[in-house]
Amino acid sequence: MQQLFSRMNKMSTFLASLISIVLGMLIGAIMMVAAGYNPLEAYNALFVSALFQPYDLGETIRTVTPLLLTGLAVAIAFRTGLFNIGVEGQFIVGQMAAIIVGLKLPLPSGLHAVAAVIAGGLAGAIWAYLPGLLKAVRGVHEVIITIMMNYIALYLSNAVVFHLLAPGADSTEKIPDSASLRVQWLSDLFGGARVHLGILIALAAAFVMYVLVWRTRLGYELRAVGFNPLAAEYAGMNVKKSVILSMMISGAFAGLAGAVEALGTNGYLPIMNDFTGIGFDGIAVALLGANTPVGVILASILFGVLEYGGGNMQFEAGVPFEVIRVVFAAIILFVAANIVEKIFHSRRKKGVKTNA
Amino acid sequence: MAKRSWLALFLCAALVFTVVGCSSATTKKGGFAAGLVTDTGGLNDESFNQSAWEGLEKAKKDYGVDIKALESKSDDDYIPNLTKFAREGRNITWAIGYKFDKAIPDIANQFPDAKFGIVDSDLGGKIPKNVTAVTFKEEEGSFLVGVIAGLTTKTNKVGFIGGVTSPLIKKFEVGYIAGVKAVNPKATVSVAYAESFADAVKGRSLAQSMYNNGADIIFHAAGGTGKGLFDEVKTREKGKYWAIGVDRDQSNLAPDHTLTSMVKRVDVAVYNVTKELKDGKLKPGQHVVMGLKENGISMADKHVSPDVEKKVEEYKQKIISGQLKVPSTEAELANFKP
Repeated sequence: MQQLFSRMNKMSTFLASLISIVLGMLIGAIMMVAAGYNPLEAYNALFVSALFQPYDLGETIRTVTPLLLTGLAVAIAFRTGLFNIGVEGQFIVGQMAAIIVGLKLPLPSGLHAVAAVIAGGLAGAIWAYLPGLLKAVRGVHEVIITIMMNYIALYLSNAVVFHLLAPGADSTEKIPDSASLRVQWLSDLFGGARVHLGILIALAAAFVMYVLVWRTRLGYELRAVGFNPLAAEYAGMNVKKSVILSMMISGAFAGLAGAVEALGTNGYLPIMNDFTGIGFDGIAVALLGANTPVGVILASILFGVLEYGGGNMQFEAGVPFEVIRVVFAAIILFVAANIVEKIFHSRRKKGVKTNA
Repeated sequence: MAKRSWLALFLCAALVFTVVGCSSATTKKGGFAAGLVTDTGGLNDESFNQSAWEGLEKAKKDYGVDIKALESKSDDDYIPNLTKFAREGRNITWAIGYKFDKAIPDIANQFPDAKFGIVDSDLGGKIPKNVTAVTFKEEEGSFLVGVIAGLTTKTNKVGFIGGVTSPLIKKFEVGYIAGVKAVNPKATVSVAYAESFADAVKGRSLAQSMYNNGADIIFHAAGGTGKGLFDEVKTREKGKYWAIGVDRDQSNLAPDHTLTSMVKRVDVAVYNVTKELKDGKLKPGQHVVMGLKENGISMADKHVSPDVEKKVEEYKQKIISGQLKVPSTEAELANFKP
């Protein structure tokens, strides 16, 4: 009975997300009609062109990869009650560290890529350690620090590119093939798309998160701190350690996202005028995915399709990409405001009354 | 029960989206088609992206070329955007800006039957067979604004503000110095680099110190940093202190203080190359250099006196006829005799 109930509960979360997505897309459709576009044609262009050709499917997977990792990063911190807005900054330092190793460390093929990916993850973890430490020791709110550290990361990365990696140029050289995550057979399979091994790393990370959070004592502690830090402390758990560790694991995922994006997609690091947005989109992915690994995987696929397909929508149906950002925002609004749950609950209560 | 109906609703919606799917058809006209991919600046950047698009619009007006543009949101978008045009079978796809210098060789290799154009980069000399690379002789235009500055200065001191130290910006500096020295050997040119293309505050402080040290005319090749130059000159005495703009006519930034601007005609370049490819006059795989002769560089006249203009025209003809070769590197400048 208990089990059935919890299963129903999970089901309803899933349904609530699905309905939020449909509602969000409806809002987008209304916007398009108001602006004089044909929404059916636009959505059709979006999905068909994101999924139905090998090249596009490959590019969609490429778009999904970093979103999945940043989504996991936000989700795991959230499990410990931490709101890691700094995923964007951790993503950037991950990118930077991976490119530095890729360019400057002459290592044999295979080992080189592994070292660069690990460097990215480590850099992200270290970048997240500081906010975690300040939160645990001084009680400084992690949202404030992580936002500020995003800017530090952005300008640090630009300074490193400008002064150390590529003096006088706009971006670094391309990394050698030995550090690249792209493999020929995979690209050939997808019509030459830039899909790369990062997707396997991302899926492995989702599995790691599942095992870590739900199958280990450490994960139990992390969740306990997330539910109620005072109770967790009273039960003899080390809350400070949990907070720092959770931030570092979160940062490591974000750093991995940066590393695979840098090593797989572009292969070089440009001077950035602005944030990449991939880290911020991770917040949306985690929210829609209800902070569970499977949910994050599904949510990242949806956002990846919307993001990549949105570009094609502009190309084929002439609908501006901004509409897709509206759909993003509307979906998040519906999920965050829990509107669907509200409808469910009112119905359920009514049902109970009539039964009684 | 409530849950079921929601599920049904969702499935219906999903069905509608997929079924309607198969109807779309992008018919292609038989004529010449050109695509344009902007860098992250976007189509309305008041600079070379916008100018390039104007060139294509003119081609559309004059020859009915089918044109389409895609804006890149980030560096990640360069390759997918170029791919879209290449797959569509456009006769030429333009990549605007040197930021494409890593994407273009890859994509040209991947689509050997498609043709591409890149502006502001010669791809390090390794131009694939299906790519046309367009660069400009910035030194020639800089030479002419140098002539204007050298003849207009009252203090015999002029300045140059560069964006980032690089071979490209050196071409501006060297050409400018050569122009000043050619007409006014007594004049000195002070040079400063902001090491940024987006730091207007730095640009302003550099301009301030140059003006304070006696310079009365400053030329910049510094992108957004150069805006600081106009902010500074506006606060100074009219008719005494001047700024010289770059890339496009920048006189709107300081109407009473802009002596002239050196205009890079990206629109002309894009228009001409597109037309020549269409007519089969130009074979891809080449490096097209646009100078004064090719109308790739021009001056926007604002406050230049007629006497000076006459002199400028003289030098312009000398450059066009090949009688005068403008230096483009410091080594060439050292051996330069006007």
